[in-house]
Amino acid sequence: MIDTIFALGEGLLAAPWWSAIGWPVVWALIKVTLVLMIVMGAVTYTTLWERRLLAWAQIRMGPNRVGPWGLLQPIADAMKLMTKEVLRPAAAEKFLFYLGPVMTVMPAMAAWAVIPFGPDIALANINAGLLFLMAITSMEVYGVIISGWSSNSKYPFLGALRASSQMVSYEIAMGFCLVVVLMVSASLNLTDIVAGQNKGYFAQIGLNFLSWNWLPLLPIFLIYFISGLAETNRLPFDVIEGESEIVAGHMVEYSGMSWAMFQMAEYANIWLVSVLTTIMFLGGWLSPIDSVMFNWIPGWIWLGLKSFCVVTMFIWVRVSFPRFRYDQIMRLGWKIFIPVSLIWLVVVGGWMQTPWNIWK
Amino acid sequence: MDVKTGFFYFFSIVLLFAAFRVITSRNPVYAVLYLVLAFFQAAAIWLLLRAEFLAIALVLVYVGAVMVLFLFVVMMLDIKVDGLREGFWKHFPLAATVGVFIALEMAAVLMGGFRVGDEPQSAVALGQASAEFSNTRELGKVLYGQYVYPLEIAGAILLVAMIAAIALTLRQRKDSKQVSPSMQVRVKARDRMTVLKMASTKVALMDDAASATTAEKKE
Repeated sequence: MIDTIFALGEGLLAAPWWSAIGWPVVWALIKVTLVLMIVMGAVTYTTLWERRLLAWAQIRMGPNRVGPWGLLQPIADAMKLMTKEVLRPAAAEKFLFYLGPVMTVMPAMAAWAVIPFGPDIALANINAGLLFLMAITSMEVYGVIISGWSSNSKYPFLGALRASSQMVSYEIAMGFCLVVVLMVSASLNLTDIVAGQNKGYFAQIGLNFLSWNWLPLLPIFLIYFISGLAETNRLPFDVIEGESEIVAGHMVEYSGMSWAMFQMAEYANIWLVSVLTTIMFLGGWLSPIDSVMFNWIPGWIWLGLKSFCVVTMFIWVRVSFPRFRYDQIMRLGWKIFIPVSLIWLVVVGGWMQTPWNIWK
Repeated sequence: MDVKTGFFYFFSIVLLFAAFRVITSRNPVYAVLYLVLAFFQAAAIWLLLRAEFLAIALVLVYVGAVMVLFLFVVMMLDIKVDGLREGFWKHFPLAATVGVFIALEMAAVLMGGFRVGDEPQSAVALGQASAEFSNTRELGKVLYGQYVYPLEIAGAILLVAMIAAIALTLRQRKDSKQVSPSMQVRVKARDRMTVLKMASTKVALMDDAASATTAEKKE
């Protein structure tokens, strides 16, 4: 019987369609699974890290009962959420009600397809990577709108309306930030954007981290980070689910795993924005100082470390700042961020035409 | 039939189905969502044709922005679908005649382009281009090199249209008690509140009077 299976396998390997289509598809699936597993692991443990950090900032212990230092807490949470009943309001639109969480998680996962984890480590190293990211992340708002509308209830609907206007507004400011980065690196390819940051005066004398985009594009870096906070609906911009006004916004009617999917999407988006900030402004997988010790550490560890710092910034902002009022959020997006990023677009464009252009 | 053709038929079938459902679904929100699906399939077909910039721009602009606003409006409208469907069959013959007429006209014009075998030279050249070829870069070169003046004029026209739309809809109620947010942001704590220095306990000034009253009470 083993011989039959062996012969079958050998015949499969010899078949022309296997090497042409079969194996590339299987190999791509393996890589996708690996990336998704890493992302989901990071998402799971970010919840624990956030809760512990919030607790320390507020001088209390945080979850520390399940496992050593509370390390098994996310597993316990997942078990609890998976065994809870998924309720559906009687007047909800059945299909769209269940589609909502799926549509929220899907773009947050799909965007990882073009993220480069190292010089040659990316699921798809495509030329229009930046555009692809903008397109995919602009779809995130659908999950929120669909779930808010299909719940057929007042607070979710108000939350969905707030979400759609806020996300559409901040996407414009974010888009202009990406345009500036695109201008200085002259490429839409994320791998090229990172590689382009490793040159300049400071990179020659070994202080690589000073030649990354964050320093010459400092206002754009700040606008991008703050817009990222608003885009992922994190505090202080989380009026979408402001519990003092509209309970939990679009998530009011969800329970169990369908609620957990919204949370998963939120944390996956935080990681996505952090990794993108790292790639575009903080030198991606490049080591900060040009020395043997630092260069020896693999690139994906640098990328992970830098992104982790940005994620921690997200949590620090959450614990430090009070929530914005809704009209002030809109004012910040439209009347401050968009004009400032537009002016910087012109300033950087002019700078690139002068002899002091540092991005040649 | 290679894989690409299979994908093309798959996307086309879904596209046609979604487009059909846009005009037949009873709920307008579903119609908008089917339109989103249709845009996606069209973008996928463009990707098969290696027009990655157009495909992504379609998703970014139409799916990411325009359709969100569509959905926004449709959700807030309280549309009575049954009322809209009244007299559907009465008007159907006329509408069908006009539709068939338009389809025939388009077929008459476009028929020449569908002959099998004479693929345009540019398409053949594109199909053989290497992986290094960047559609986006070429499109940018053409748009901002050869066609830069038409592009700028189109941009200016769109800007004027946008300003006009905002100016037409910008109305403020006269009895509104709204305060300008910039004034609110600029407010300082001392404009709102004065801190007075007061002793935490009252100084007992009139010792004699107090002792007198207690003395009275005792009596």
